[in-house]
Formats: sequence, C-alpha cells, structure tokens
Amino acid sequence: MTEPILKVDNINVYYGSIHAIKGISFEVHSGEIVTLIGANGAGKSTTLNTISGLLHPTTGSIYFLGESVAKIQPHKIVVKGLAQVPEGRRIFAQMTVRENLEMGAYTQLNNNYFHDDLDKVYSLFPRLKERRKQIAGTLSGGEQQMLAMGRALMSRPKLLMLDEPSMGLAPILVEQIFSIIADVHKAGSTILLVEQNAQMALSVANRGYVMETGKIIATGTGEDLLSSPEIKKAYLGG
Amino acid sequence: MDLLRHFINGMSLGSIYAIIALGYTMVYGIAKMLNFAHGDVIMVGAYVCFYAVSRYKLPPFVGVALAVLLCTILGIIVERLAYKPLRQAPSLAVLITAIGVSYFLQNTALLLWSSNPKIFPSIIKRASIKLFGGQLSISHITILTIVTCVLIMIVLNLFVNKTRLGKAMRACSEDKGAALLMGINVNATISMTFAIGSGLAAIAGALLCSAYPTLMPTTGALPGIKAFTAAVFGGIGSISGALLGGLLLGVIEIFAKAYISSQLSDAVVFAVLIIVLLVKPAGLLGKMTQEKV
Ligand SMILES: Nc1ncnc2c1ncn2[C@@H]1O[C@H](COP(=O)(O)OP(=O)(O)OP(=O)(O)O)[C@@H](O)[C@H]1O
Ligand SMILES: [Mg+2]
Repeated sequence: MTEPILKVDNINVYYGSIHAIKGISFEVHSGEIVTLIGANGAGKSTTLNTISGLLHPTTGSIYFLGESVAKIQPHKIVVKGLAQVPEGRRIFAQMTVRENLEMGAYTQLNNNYFHDDLDKVYSLFPRLKERRKQIAGTLSGGEQQMLAMGRALMSRPKLLMLDEPSMGLAPILVEQIFSIIADVHKAGSTILLVEQNAQMALSVANRGYVMETGKIIATGTGEDLLSSPEIKKAYLGG
Repeated sequence: MDLLRHFINGMSLGSIYAIIALGYTMVYGIAKMLNFAHGDVIMVGAYVCFYAVSRYKLPPFVGVALAVLLCTILGIIVERLAYKPLRQAPSLAVLITAIGVSYFLQNTALLLWSSNPKIFPSIIKRASIKLFGGQLSISHITILTIVTCVLIMIVLNLFVNKTRLGKAMRACSEDKGAALLMGINVNATISMTFAIGSGLAAIAGALLCSAYPTLMPTTGALPGIKAFTAAVFGGIGSISGALLGGLLLGVIEIFAKAYISSQLSDAVVFAVLIIVLLVKPAGLLGKMTQEKV
C-alpha cells in the first residue's frame, strides 16, 4: 500500500497531569473517509487538536505526508495541507460569511485560485452564496456548520478533519451535513471524521476507529464496526 | 465665538486622546489585556522626537518618523519580553506586569533624560490662522492634530476591514484557536497590533507635546489614563468607540476647564465616565461580553 497521508504512531497526550491520550495509533490514506468514534471525553477532539499542532504529544510521532509534524506550530501545518473544522464550528461570528471564507484561504497567497475555490464552495453550499454578506453570527446552526466546512475547504486541504459536524443539529440537518460530507469526499477530499453519531459516521466512512478513555479499542471497516458489540459497549459508556 | 474656539480645542485634544485610545483598544481587542504602559510609550516617542529636532536639528517630520520607528520597536520588544510569557497567566498577573513596565519606562527615562522638563519644539512653527476678522484664532498644530486623527482613523479602518492582515487581526481578536486553524500566525498578529499601537502613541506624543510643550518622564501618564478612560467610554475593543470616546472626552474636558473650573475639569471628565458606564456598562459603542479585565 502507498504511504498514508496521515500516520499517528503511539502518541501520548497530557493536559497537565491528566493523561488524555494513551498511546493511540492510526492511519488515513489518500481518498479515504476514516472516522474516529467514541463517547464524551474519549479523547477525539484532543486527538484532532494534537494533529493540528494546538497540543503536542509527550511521546510518539505524527507524520503528515511523510513528514514528522509532532512538534510543528499550528499555523504552519495548515500551509502543508491540513485543515480542521473544530468542534462547535468556531466561525468568526462578527465577520461576514465571505470574510470567514477569506480567512479560510488565509494561507493561499495565489489570488488566482481564490475565486475558483470560492465558486466551488458556493456551489457546494448555495446557502452561503445567498448569505455571503451576512454577519456569520446570525446564521442558523446548520448554516454555520456549512460555513465552517466551506471555510476549511478554502485552504485546499489534502486532509480535512471534521470534529462532530452533526453536533447540535436537527436530524434533517444531520442527514444534509452527512450527504455534503459524502459530496466533498466524492469531489476528491480525504477526510478524518470525528463523531459521536456512530451510526451516521460509519455509514459514510470506509474505515473507523473506536475510542474509549484515551485508547483505541476497536477498528475495522464501516460495516464491520456497525455490527460489532464493542460499538454498543462504547456507547453505553462501559 | 468662544464656544467655537473651545469646541475646536476640545476636538484637537480629543483627537490626541483618540489616537492614544486606539492603542489601548486594539491591544485589548486582541490580547485581552490592558497595557498600562501604553501612556509611557507616548513619552518615549516625545523624547525621541525632541532630541531629533532640538539636539540633532533634524526636520520635524523626520523626528516624528524616527519616534514612530523606535516606539514600534519598543512596543514589539515590550510585548515579547513582558507580556508574551504571560499569555496563559491570570489577568491580574498581566495587569501588574503592565504597571511594572510603565514604571520601568518612566524610571529609565528619568535615568536617561533626568526629571528636568524639556521645552518641546512644536512640530509646526507657523503663526495661528485668524478667522472672522481676527476674532477666532486657531493654531496650525490644532488643525494638524485633528487632520492627523481623521487620517489615522480612515487608514486604520481600511486596514482592518479591507486587508488580509487586518482581517486576520479581527479573526484573532474573536477566536485565537480558530485563527490558528486558519493558518494565521497569532503571535505575529499580536506583535503587529502592539507595533501599530505604539507607533500611533509616538505620533500622539509629538502632537501632544507640540500643543503642551513641557516634556518630563511622567508626561505620558495622565494622557495615558485619560485615553484609557476614552477607550472605555467609547467601548473598549471598538475602533470607532476609541474615536468617539476620545473626541467626547477632549471636548468635555475643555468645556469643563472653560466654564466650570480648571481644577475640577478632570473630576468632571471622570464623573461623566461613571455616569455613562452606569447607563451603558460596555461603553457607548461597546458590545456586552463577559471579558476578563
Ligand atoms: N483543556 C483541557 N484541560 C484538561 N483536561 C481536558 C481538557 N480538554 C479535554 N480534557 C480532558 O481530556 C479528555 C478527552 O477530552 P476530549 O475533548 O478530547 O474528548 P472528546 O472525545 O472530544 O469528547 P466530546 O465527544 O465530548 O467532544 C476528557 O477527559 C477531558 O475532560
Ligand atoms: Mg470533542
């Protein structure tokens, strides 16, 4: 098999004395959707934030496109092609929709791409185009999630990491967001998807990893995991 | 006619407050800290300008440019050495550090330049303009001050709303974590904000000392406090708030001096501030947030 886009190798992450990630390893290959599922506090966001460089592992290594990035500063890894849509969307509420998308393209210094990319995002999310001049804080929850995803896509990521994109959305919107994720994947993006909604996540993913209290306790294809008792165990919290 | 004259003088003093208040408000907006040493940067700028013009006989605009350059560097150094290590520290620790930096700058100035007041040479030496058959006389520095303030406001607004770096600055002030995920170098952006604020403080110093020519190591302290008041008055974190707060404060101060009592003018200024904050706790143009101070 070819070299993975992302390879996480036995990392340990601490918050002070709290041992949040206990030696996990996993990989994402080009063209895949890989999901990381697990209950509240399992360490999913911590994992993504460590890959993004907001946190650093005490031991272990992270390779992005073959390059070690465990000690990299967060703003530098974006240039290398990693984008994260953080938990809770974290859009810039006082800026317009269009300005948020411009911030997504902050690392793209070539202006020629900007309008093409903007058009792509607008065609993926027509709602954003209609509302491009609106202050982002006044968008609905679903629209904010679309904006957060569009913003991340503006950086032309080689790997897109999504942290609980379905959080706090009505079921119909959850369906819509997942169908957009499938579209983004079809359009050529490699995706690492963090979810609590295991059912939905595994139904779109090629492969999945199940996390529980800082460890990966199961892995397999989407179908395998959907029919596995460990999933049910993780979601019952025991 | 007196009324008009006081108003123009108030606008001019207020313009200086506004330029200083910008530094407080921008730094607060992005670093969520009150940089109490900001007033002393004004003083450093004024000294640099004073020596360049009086001692080295450089043209005034070169003196101001030099002051801007050195204060910009000073701002970056202060942020790097004193505040950056405290990024995660409790806000009280940062506040005390800022007060410490303020004393450090004042005492260094005392050591370098002594406590003897220097007579600052106005950066414009031209006779006043007489209007209405000589009934109204306005000095050139008054006009220059107001024009400078207007220009700074226009340029800063364009910068913050239209440029990539300016927008990144707004993004950082909203959410540093999200800004990092966009690939924005947050530390560099904070440095840049300190640099801009300190450069503006140098301009304010030259304007202030041209209008009120006694220059001492403590010269920046009171205008610094008043400009901070102006920033709070207008709504800290808001650029237009700094302008509005600064101008109002200047006008109120000059009117209070003229019509109430020159000793009481500062008391009047602060009384107005307290009333405004009772009615609008976030300041005139401020947004209500539960920000730490
Ligand atoms: N800033 C922090 N300081 C200390 N502990 C933290 C911090 N952030 C997270 N933790 C702890 O680390 C563990 C993992 O948290 P994390 O946010 O990664 O979980 P998660 O899987 O993303 O959960 P959720 O589904 O609720 O978002 C939890 O026990 C949490 O309490
Ligand atoms: Mg999480």
